[in-house]
Amino acid sequence: MELYQKTIHEIAADLKAKKVSSVELTKATMAHLKAVEPKVQSFITVTEEVALAQAAEADKRLASGSNITPLTGVPLGIKDLLCTKGVQTTCASKMLEGFKPPYNATVVERLNAAGAIMVGKTNMDEFAMGSSTESSYYMKTKNPWNLSCVPGGSSGGSASCVSADQAFASLGSDTGGSIRQPAALCGIVGLKPTYGRVSRYGLIAFASSLDQIGPMTKDVEDCALMMNVIAGHDEKDSTSANVAVPDYTTEMKKSIKGLKIGIPKEFFPEGMNPEVTEATKKAIDQLKSLGAEVHEISLPHSPYSLAAYYVLAPSEASSNLARYDGVRYGLRVPGENIVEMYSKTRAAGFGPEVKRRIMLGTYALSSGYYDAYYLKALKVRRLIKQDYDKAFEKVDIIVTPTVPNPAFKFGEKTDNPLTMYLEDVFTISINIAGVPGLSLPCGLSKTGLPIGLQMIGKPFDEATLLKAAYAYEQSTDWHKRKPSLKEN
Amino acid sequence: MAFEDYEPVIGLEVHCELKTATKLFCGCPTTFGNEANTQVCPVCLGLPGTLPVMNGKAVEFAVKIGHSLNCNIADYSKMDRKNYYYPDLPKAYQVSQYDKPLNYGGYLDIVTKEGTKRIGVTRAHLEEDAGKLVHAGGKSGRLDSSDYSLADYNRGGIPLVEIVSEPDIRSSEEAHAYLTALKSILLYIDVSDCNMEEGSLRCDANVSIRKKGTEKFGTRTEIKNMNSFKFVKQAIEYEIKRQAAVLDKGERVIQESRLWDVTENKTKSMRSKEEAHDYRYFPEPDLVPIILDKAYVQKLKVELPELPGAKRARFEKDHGLTAYDAGVLTSEQELGQWFEVGAKLTKNPKGFANWMMGDMAAQMKEQEKELQDLKFDQKKLAELVDLVDAETINSKQAKEVFLALFNEGVSPAEVVKSKGMAQVSDPKAIEAAVDKVLADNPNVVADYKSGKQGVIGFLVGKVMQASQGKANPKMVNEIIKKKLDV
Ligand SMILES: [Zn+2]
Repeated sequence: MELYQKTIHEIAADLKAKKVSSVELTKATMAHLKAVEPKVQSFITVTEEVALAQAAEADKRLASGSNITPLTGVPLGIKDLLCTKGVQTTCASKMLEGFKPPYNATVVERLNAAGAIMVGKTNMDEFAMGSSTESSYYMKTKNPWNLSCVPGGSSGGSASCVSADQAFASLGSDTGGSIRQPAALCGIVGLKPTYGRVSRYGLIAFASSLDQIGPMTKDVEDCALMMNVIAGHDEKDSTSANVAVPDYTTEMKKSIKGLKIGIPKEFFPEGMNPEVTEATKKAIDQLKSLGAEVHEISLPHSPYSLAAYYVLAPSEASSNLARYDGVRYGLRVPGENIVEMYSKTRAAGFGPEVKRRIMLGTYALSSGYYDAYYLKALKVRRLIKQDYDKAFEKVDIIVTPTVPNPAFKFGEKTDNPLTMYLEDVFTISINIAGVPGLSLPCGLSKTGLPIGLQMIGKPFDEATLLKAAYAYEQSTDWHKRKPSLKEN
Repeated sequence: MAFEDYEPVIGLEVHCELKTATKLFCGCPTTFGNEANTQVCPVCLGLPGTLPVMNGKAVEFAVKIGHSLNCNIADYSKMDRKNYYYPDLPKAYQVSQYDKPLNYGGYLDIVTKEGTKRIGVTRAHLEEDAGKLVHAGGKSGRLDSSDYSLADYNRGGIPLVEIVSEPDIRSSEEAHAYLTALKSILLYIDVSDCNMEEGSLRCDANVSIRKKGTEKFGTRTEIKNMNSFKFVKQAIEYEIKRQAAVLDKGERVIQESRLWDVTENKTKSMRSKEEAHDYRYFPEPDLVPIILDKAYVQKLKVELPELPGAKRARFEKDHGLTAYDAGVLTSEQELGQWFEVGAKLTKNPKGFANWMMGDMAAQMKEQEKELQDLKFDQKKLAELVDLVDAETINSKQAKEVFLALFNEGVSPAEVVKSKGMAQVSDPKAIEAAVDKVLADNPNVVADYKSGKQGVIGFLVGKVMQASQGKANPKMVNEIIKKKLDV
């Protein structure tokens, strides 16, 4: 096994035992990254210089033997909507081409403090709007399991780079499924924490009340290790919660005997891909055999979550993205007057999906429509949240498929945005309710594409999710499969 | 229709910059007048990914404003985004408050020639200020016609409280009185510098007119860009006349924003394009709602200083001042405090107040002095008041003594002593002087007796002259009358 194929917990042991230095590891990872990058295209920016400088620092730390964390010296990918000081941060948009933030996102600061290495900024759907990473202005990221398929999105590059061993783990962001769906499609673990668990400071906003940063990793233990570093209150983010953070790696290893699992009937609609249904049912049986109790539950308002989401998220986005006006940074297309400059800049800087959502949101917030759309969506949001509250009175976690289908081909869903929006049908209500959700591999389709299992937890109870996921993972070997990096 | 047949209906929107040390959502300083874009950070520049954090001091100041304007303080309040594009607004939305303002339903009592009137305060909400633009070239000095414009974001993100009055104001005088009273309160509670030149106090006026005796409001215009209370008064007066002329011609007033043009002394229409806004308000998702502890809100109320209205009433009651005098002396906190110390040192607080508002105010204005520059304290001014009341010196002498007091800080008693000014109030001495003057001026005496009573002033003057100004003029007058009226 090559060094770069290992997990964080494996390589951390090697680094600590000085079997390998961080510089050696970073160079090896960087060489592999570059070798497969023409095929996969995970990165908008590869930060080799930064990585090697950080690795040299990490080696000093490792040599000193003090202040070592499991992430010290470990190469990671960072989604290109997390601000990195002095390093281009584009949100995969032409609008922010060349934009170098003067500050680091809080999560980036925390990774730096832990001694992690940044190998690059990963590709994504433009401003995180999409489920295939096809709306990136820069490149099309391929699914390492089948290069003619999409990696999912919006955190497509963050998923593909981990799947293809270009990085040991990555950070993604999830507004309606943008961590879990690509994690499922690329056969890795992805966690969207509870809203408020991880600071959003420095995350370039798509929809502020739904966005959450989370880890994308090769296995559950790595996910717990990443959470140990990034979770916790940040005074720079008023919406980050001051709730104690447990040691996730310790919690993870506890038994799931007697764990109550809810299966919502609404998440197994007729006509769903039978392979996905079957893989999910098998996984549920597996959890049962590990000592969990299974209960059928109902989340009656979940069919309305997609509609509510496509009012709330675009509304917030229309306001969040208004600042890209060509005045202070990013793209500017000159005009005869200020209004012309605004419209020319925004016409040239944004892609069609971003424009579509800005228009949706602007419309929904307009006077005369606000009550019918935005206010109504807020009411639906409350009902969906109540569904989850009620369900969690009975069960500890909820288990569903992550996505209705495995990865699809390029261009398959770009003509009809609604088919693309349906990719998030199982993930979206989790963001609306603000609860945590995790996806991990639970099978392969006949064509060899990964299938994801979603676990949904109580607010701020990521520990139980990780515990259930770890127990399941340890009893299977889906997480050990490696992609072909071929076109099928 | 005659101009007097119309009744103006006016509401004022006042923006007051809070004097917190740092901005509303970041740690940048709020000091005025520094080099452009030196008081900025990623947060107040609205850089991608940044988030606001509420300044607790700003909330405290805003609640104090609410209390001092007799408002209800909301149990639950929230911030909202007001969306519009303008280069001075780096996020393209202003974080403000829409349907849940921090303070609502208050009032402010104003005093005009007609007496006291209560003006409703609809709301006083918290929001962030925008940056400042400087337009180069072009005809109108405005963005859309400038050659280029420069943006300074030092002011961007400074906390503001917007105080919106009910349309209860009926004249430019009332508007002026409202602003004066409001500014006085804001200075009393020490939450703002209220400096209109530096823009820390700004005012927009909504003006409409209707036929007297009717209920329905006319179409209003919003007047902006009035940089002093004087301009507010002038602009409102101009606008009332303009609207009356429009209606008299049988035309309709257009609802629009108008700018006060200082050079031409008129309001001018802003192009409607710039104001055709749908602000698409919605709750600011990056901030949590403001839910204040009741005990904390109560504590802020208890800690408020005595406000101008209460102080005015007390000055009238305790010190026998007229409403007008009490109003003047309470318009500024320091003035009221200075008076109160003095009022305790004399038996004649009214006399003390008269000196403050008369000779003292005049000299301070002439010599551009503030209270803290004075060379004398209240004790010395009280001494002067008592010397006059005891008739030791007369009012003419008192003016001379006051000048010495003001210019050199010399004690009035010492001035009287050193200049030998003590007034002559010995009836015998005065009688002798009167007798001499009457004897020397038989013609004048004859005039008086024939009915020309006005000549008595001449006789009094002669006696005063003879006594080198030291005679008690009241006694001189009485004695002359007594002698001639026999
Ligand atoms: Zn700042």
